[in-house]
Amino acid sequence: MKNKYSIFSLIKNAFSYHENWQRAWRDPEPKKEYDAIIVGGGGHGLATAFYLAKKHNMTNIAVVEKGWIGGGNTGRNTTIIRSNYLWDASAGLYDHALKIWEGLSQELNYNIMFSQRGVMNLAHNLQDVRDLKRRTHANRLNGIDAVWLNTKEVKSFCPIINTSPGIRYPVLGGTLQRRAGTARHDAVAWGYARGADSMGVDIIQNCEVKGIKRNGDSVEGIETTKGFIKTKKIGVVAAGHSSVIANMIDIKLPLESKPLQALVSEPVKPIIDTVVMSNAVHAYISQSDKGELVIGAGTDAYISYTQRGSHDVIEGTLKAILELYPIFSRMKMLRQWGGIVDICPDASPIISKTHIKGLYFNCGWGTGGFKATPGSGDLFAHTIANDEPHKLNAAFNINRFVSGDLVDEHGAAAVAH
Amino acid sequence: MSSDLRVNNNKFIDQTNQISFKFNDQILYGFKGDTLASALLANNIHLVGRSFKYHRPRGIMTCGSEEPNAIVQIGNDPSLTEPNVRATEIELYEGLEASSQNCWPSVNFDIGGINNFFSPFIPAGFYYKTFMWPASFWEKYEYFIRKSAGLGKSPTKPDQDVYDHRYLHCDVLVIGGGISGIIAAKMAAQKNLNTVLLDDKNSLGGFTIFQNNENFKINNENSNLWLKKEIETLNSFKNLTVKTRTSLAAYHSYNYLLAKENLTDHLSLNERKDKIRQRLWKIRAKKVIIATGAIERPLIFNNNDRPGIILSSSIKKYIDYYGVKCGQKISLFANNDSVYETAISLNNSGVSVNSVIDIRDKSNSSIAKQAEKLGIKIYWKHIVVNTHGYKKINSIELMKLSDNGSGVVGNKINFECDCLGISGGWTPMVHLFTQSGGKLKFREIDNTFIPDNAPSDQISVGSCNGDFELDDIVKNTNKSVKEFLNTDNSEFDNLKVICSKEVDKKNIWLLPSDKPLGKTKPFLDFQNDSTAKDVKLALREGFKSIEHVKRYTTTGMGTDQGKLSNMHALGIVAETAGVKMGELGTTTFRPPYTPLTFGAIVGRNVGEFFDIIRRTPIHDWHVEHKAEFENVGQWKRAWYYPKENENMHQAVQRESKAARDSAGILDASTLGKIDIQGTDVSEFLNRIYTNAWSKLEIGKCRYGLMLNEDGMVYDDGVTTRLGENHYIMTTTTGGAANVLSKLEDYLQTEWPELDVYLTSVTDHYATVSICGPSSKKIISKVIPGLDLSDNKFPHMSFKNVMIDKIKCRVMRISFTGELSYEINVQSNFGKSVWEKCFKAGEEFNITPYGTETMHLLRAEKGFIIAGQDTDGTMTPLDLQMNWIINKKKYDFIGKRSLYRSDTIRENRKQLVGLLTDDPNEVLEEGAQIVSETNKKPIEMLGHVTSSYFSPNLNKSIALAVLISGKKLKGQKMFVPMKNKTIGVTITDSVFLDKENKRLNAEL
Amino acid sequence: MFLINCPYCGERDQSEFSSGGEAHIVRPKQPTKLSDDQWAEYLFMRKNIKGVQFERWNHAHGCRKWFNMVRDTSNDKIHAVYKMAEKPPVK
Repeated sequence: MKNKYSIFSLIKNAFSYHENWQRAWRDPEPKKEYDAIIVGGGGHGLATAFYLAKKHNMTNIAVVEKGWIGGGNTGRNTTIIRSNYLWDASAGLYDHALKIWEGLSQELNYNIMFSQRGVMNLAHNLQDVRDLKRRTHANRLNGIDAVWLNTKEVKSFCPIINTSPGIRYPVLGGTLQRRAGTARHDAVAWGYARGADSMGVDIIQNCEVKGIKRNGDSVEGIETTKGFIKTKKIGVVAAGHSSVIANMIDIKLPLESKPLQALVSEPVKPIIDTVVMSNAVHAYISQSDKGELVIGAGTDAYISYTQRGSHDVIEGTLKAILELYPIFSRMKMLRQWGGIVDICPDASPIISKTHIKGLYFNCGWGTGGFKATPGSGDLFAHTIANDEPHKLNAAFNINRFVSGDLVDEHGAAAVAH
Repeated sequence: MSSDLRVNNNKFIDQTNQISFKFNDQILYGFKGDTLASALLANNIHLVGRSFKYHRPRGIMTCGSEEPNAIVQIGNDPSLTEPNVRATEIELYEGLEASSQNCWPSVNFDIGGINNFFSPFIPAGFYYKTFMWPASFWEKYEYFIRKSAGLGKSPTKPDQDVYDHRYLHCDVLVIGGGISGIIAAKMAAQKNLNTVLLDDKNSLGGFTIFQNNENFKINNENSNLWLKKEIETLNSFKNLTVKTRTSLAAYHSYNYLLAKENLTDHLSLNERKDKIRQRLWKIRAKKVIIATGAIERPLIFNNNDRPGIILSSSIKKYIDYYGVKCGQKISLFANNDSVYETAISLNNSGVSVNSVIDIRDKSNSSIAKQAEKLGIKIYWKHIVVNTHGYKKINSIELMKLSDNGSGVVGNKINFECDCLGISGGWTPMVHLFTQSGGKLKFREIDNTFIPDNAPSDQISVGSCNGDFELDDIVKNTNKSVKEFLNTDNSEFDNLKVICSKEVDKKNIWLLPSDKPLGKTKPFLDFQNDSTAKDVKLALREGFKSIEHVKRYTTTGMGTDQGKLSNMHALGIVAETAGVKMGELGTTTFRPPYTPLTFGAIVGRNVGEFFDIIRRTPIHDWHVEHKAEFENVGQWKRAWYYPKENENMHQAVQRESKAARDSAGILDASTLGKIDIQGTDVSEFLNRIYTNAWSKLEIGKCRYGLMLNEDGMVYDDGVTTRLGENHYIMTTTTGGAANVLSKLEDYLQTEWPELDVYLTSVTDHYATVSICGPSSKKIISKVIPGLDLSDNKFPHMSFKNVMIDKIKCRVMRISFTGELSYEINVQSNFGKSVWEKCFKAGEEFNITPYGTETMHLLRAEKGFIIAGQDTDGTMTPLDLQMNWIINKKKYDFIGKRSLYRSDTIRENRKQLVGLLTDDPNEVLEEGAQIVSETNKKPIEMLGHVTSSYFSPNLNKSIALAVLISGKKLKGQKMFVPMKNKTIGVTITDSVFLDKENKRLNAEL
Repeated sequence: MFLINCPYCGERDQSEFSSGGEAHIVRPKQPTKLSDDQWAEYLFMRKNIKGVQFERWNHAHGCRKWFNMVRDTSNDKIHAVYKMAEKPPVK
């Protein structure tokens, strides 16, 4: 790879006042034609391009992004990575991703700061306990490192949690996945972009797709704000805007796009060194390397593309945070923001071909797509390159909504929706 | 306090009221009315903190919420301490204790300062490029990175303070109590509109209230005097509410705004007792007038971050408002005229102004002229190229600017100073405008983004709208507000305003230096230590979008959220990339405007008010009888009733046995109850339940299963026909609200032709359930006249009865398989009926049982619990409840989905029973079932949904769902646990009384 | 936090309402006559429009009435509100 990053390159460049660093990626104009075009320059789209080039030798490809790469949900999520999903299909998908995460900094020569600080999911009522235990058993048999913790063990793993039996919904236990953790979201987009670019992938920003050209049952190319680009394969990874692209070619998807909010506090010295999630009272929290408490709120229950939700959702989330962490009452919210998440009825994603030849969709990640980024990219690349799914994403086809063979992960998805 | 830094003739500070406070354990003094910052400056303390990355010494730089450096930890009490408080905002109070953050062992000697020497190796984004070897070591590096990051310290004990919420509706909300806000508020009040004026400071007046300068006059008075009188007139309006110490935090769509009022943070600790700390106002305003002003920009040059380098207008506020000199030998450095106001103020207060360094060629404004007349040396067309002094500035170096502004020429001029005021012009505070969805436009002449299109009923006035001259501010505010409020005349129409006018303008985002950029440290974001070099590095590496630059360099991501740094970052990006600033756009301004306390956001909704607690009318009885409770949704349900020394298992075994041996009593009041009336109810029930309802007779009950439209079991319960057109439906406890919503939805939107009315009556009735072979005898004691014979009152029927003159409905239905009655009585009599039943049952050893025993008893009978044995993926066929699907019915909710290719599969998961090889071994609910333990990966075939030790069967029983379970009865399977594997046999799901004899069995 | 003009109660805060998604998707009168594809279309497939969308809302913490609303999902601007049986406004 050109311009390899290391402590030595940093020192070397320091002597030239860092004026000789090369571009992390080029800024090319679109060619007339590509072998494949990825629509959407988020983490999933860039990862797809990276693996198409790396594993399938498809280097005459482009990623088109209407704004700036990593500017959608990649740069807006709370960066939680875990694979403790209930169903075999999901466990296979997310653990595939987790395994890639574990070597991703080295694979990309870009420190994406994957920090395996553990993710704990708390139980607050007896049905929570049943569900989480069920998930823990399934995880164990699927080779995923989840363990059940009783209340005392929860407390000793994360001492600042209020585990008093006197609170409204006491902590009855939880599951812990130690291999889980967080990563630096922007770095994931940038690392994949740099890696893909170095293999010849064109990353074209400020290029909005306006239409998809179709000839009978096949695609022929895309109309963009930078003109028409010819291609026989289009992989759409547009997250909250998936339906917008689908509507261009008269496909309906089983998606609803809703605002999902998050917030950070002002930075403080280390106070919580793991990730704790609670579905029942709806609070999840971690602390970034910068010291900010990173808190995920819920979705608003209506369709909106405004990237902003209602204050009620923020209030509800912080209420739950203070219930579990009363020491944070004097902390201050520094910044809140929203993203648009595309939610499937079964809280599982779609990584699938469509009935139109050469048109592929990767969407429906709802509130938890970040954790799957490398796996999603790898499997989507496989699906596009071979025109058939990998066995790990076969269950995530669009047709499951017709057959009824859903992958219901409402319990395991972070946000109950 | 060094008295030589105080000016005496000051009207805003109460110099008779001395206050003692501690900073880094040192006892210091200030006055009532000081901020911590002004008091520190009066004590000649500039060094307040260390920067985030390089740990460079940093001092007070501003006088407001844009302060990037002077942020401190307040208090030491682990439950009351507060990190990251801006010294420029917190008011001084007796006993205030503040300390520096992000330094160790002290702010004066900080080990982390060594980072400054490594700074060449740690440019923006360095961490993305290193710490990758060896691969497993990132978390070890990260440990140290985390330790050195962060600013203050979180409290470690729960907050003792109370926070509050209030709603506020008004005709006009005016945000900001400077001159524009005051004019606007008064005009609105004069129009008899219900008006609210907010300001985040402790008093009104903004910058004008201390603008005592003869160049600025309104109606022949100095502007400060005119404004003071205007403020005094505000009291006379009954329809005008003024709230000070109230900062607008967020401006949402449809004019919904949040403001935080500080109620006690300025009081001494003992004055705070029993008071609310902060109140969050939730405001819905018909019209909003934003008058949030502007903040001064710094200038970007080498070593522009030393303690003692302060925004020029802040120096002016410190001298004119707080009566504090920021130094004794002050230099000023600017690109605009406002710096001369500061120079004149300092001069009037006897502070020597060394010099003014102005990057412009000249200025013909009246204040520049006056400053010159006062003998202040002005270096036109000069810039500061460097500063010296580690912990405080002690000298500066100037050079002449080249004609094209891109370099410096001539010789260096050095001189000493103990304070440098800087001014790079003004930035309108458009945060709230953009938060509301407003779009900005760029104004070239002074490089400002100003409001363009507003999305709701609002205007921006004053300097936040780009008016920086006093005459424009007054005139345009008056004009805009008149239009906005539809007013013809205003008392401000004929004001005579005189002010100095700025004509000569010049701006250089990154000032040139005599050294190469690489050798300089021109800071942009002071808190995050990002420099102009970092921004250029980001651009060089291909980070094109301003959002990329911001994220890569962390510029604008500190606790001030870029209030000082954003414009320069944009400017440098635009300049370097050769694009117009207007085309570049801004980064998004995200709420809140200033950091907002979690406690204030949450208000009183903590602790016992976290969530509503629903208690049954019989709750107190359960408490008296030592019940343990289980949370089911918002309900508190009696879980089990341990007798002395009993654990849960023992209690449940005893309760379960008693219920089948003689009698048990259960509080079933939490079950959802929906009263259904109308002529089409039976048709309605036909459509929503899977079974047939047309032939249900009056007085009879029927069990029903409700599906989602996707064919999966959603809820279940018994519905009773009370009269010709009157039914009552029960639902699960947790499902009640959702079922009602779903039914209403279908009724109103799909089947409006049906004459059906739904009313939730869950809270209106208490339900006392008595089961067991003695239950008939107990009921006959409680309701003496009632014929309880099986043919007169059979299973699945109901009677209206009177108990002590109270109307009750008695259903003979059973969830335990025992002979069983449910008495429904209006809530307020629930407890007395319960007690009556209990008393009547005493001779039969009636035993109260909770939800755990209820679950056990129904599992013995193989009855499902929706939500426990189903999980949204089970059809009625999967539950082997084929009998409940009426195939003759044309349609019902979910029917079509039962015939999809996946739902008709034979090898779906189906409900079965499990018996363990060792009858004493109780399976764990949630455990998985496999047929082979050696195969890898292990194929999971199903899982245990319910599991108990049955005292009535004297063995362990379990319900499970299992692939093709229907066909596997009698087969052996395994339940692999962490440390062992448990052998099980697949059985029928009904373990007890398959013939249902007990439904009529009496003792 | 928009304000919704409930056709029965008048203007109320959004938090009193719940959304029922896309409007005018009529439940098939003869579900058994539909193919699996057609049934899936009714059950799951949505336009999920960015822009002006016709949708169902319920005044859940008020009169509990369902009604229809025309809202621009790209900026949350509400263009019209109308009762269930009423005809949708023409743009």
